[in-house]
Amino acid sequence: MRNKIYWLLSLPCLLFTRFDGYAQSNGVVETTMRSNNKIYVVMAVCITILVGLFIYLVSIDKKIAKIEDRQ
Amino acid sequence: MRKSWWKILAAVLLIYTFTAGFLIKVPELGILKESSRNLFFHVPMWFGQIILLTTSMIYSILYLRKPDLRYDIYASSLAKTGILMGVLGLLTGAIWAAYVWGAPWSNDPKQIGVAIALLIYFAYLVLRNAIPDIDKRAKISAVYNIFAYFIYIPLIMILPRMVESLHPGGKGVEGNPGLNGADLDAAMRMVFWPAVIGWTLLGTWITTLNIRLYLIRDKNLINAK
Repeated sequence: MRNKIYWLLSLPCLLFTRFDGYAQSNGVVETTMRSNNKIYVVMAVCITILVGLFIYLVSIDKKIAKIEDRQ
Repeated sequence: MRKSWWKILAAVLLIYTFTAGFLIKVPELGILKESSRNLFFHVPMWFGQIILLTTSMIYSILYLRKPDLRYDIYASSLAKTGILMGVLGLLTGAIWAAYVWGAPWSNDPKQIGVAIALLIYFAYLVLRNAIPDIDKRAKISAVYNIFAYFIYIPLIMILPRMVESLHPGGKGVEGNPGLNGADLDAAMRMVFWPAVIGWTLLGTWITTLNIRLYLIRDKNLINAK
């Protein structure tokens, strides 16, 4: 369980480091994440929040299901 | 997870909304510019809210026909999520208005109408918590919920049609009180409708969690009937 959480938390970091590394190796600033006035950064933030919310909902759902089974 | 297919559908539709919503090309509409993408996030709050509050009102009628505590739990849980979406809709609308209308609150008829509707629904929650007797609470709040619904609909659907407003739709403007359908191009529609379904399903999911929790908590009361 704990491993899973770390893995999920590291997903946005992976996204960040990968594109950042790409920028340095090419010496170009206009990478995917930085293009179009950095709108993709906003998209990444929003998707991260959304995925986080869904993970939380699934975990609550599972907890309630466990209690329901005990009834 | 219980009955997971539609929960997965909600996740897929919303991830699609959050991706395509940022990626598609939107038509440049006057002062809106890129902010018209808010259509995929702000407007579905109202769709979801109307669907949840309508269902809540139906369960209140069912409770009055047959006083089963389960109906009361359904009605109140649906109303709570509906109110949450209403608050989020109002807040996101204010953020949007701050940059498009020039002020977060300009006493626009639609803003005032929704604020009154929300206050009426807040009173529903206060009313419920004020009555300790379970059967009395269920009955009075069911009556109040039906009343609240039939004042909520005129406030957000009928009054906005009769007055001028900064918001799309209404007197002298194309479209319904929510949006001007002619402003949407095909690409926006392909994101907008999945977004409406996705947000509504998310609201339903949160509601079912609440319902299941209360069903367990009040198990003894329900079985006693």
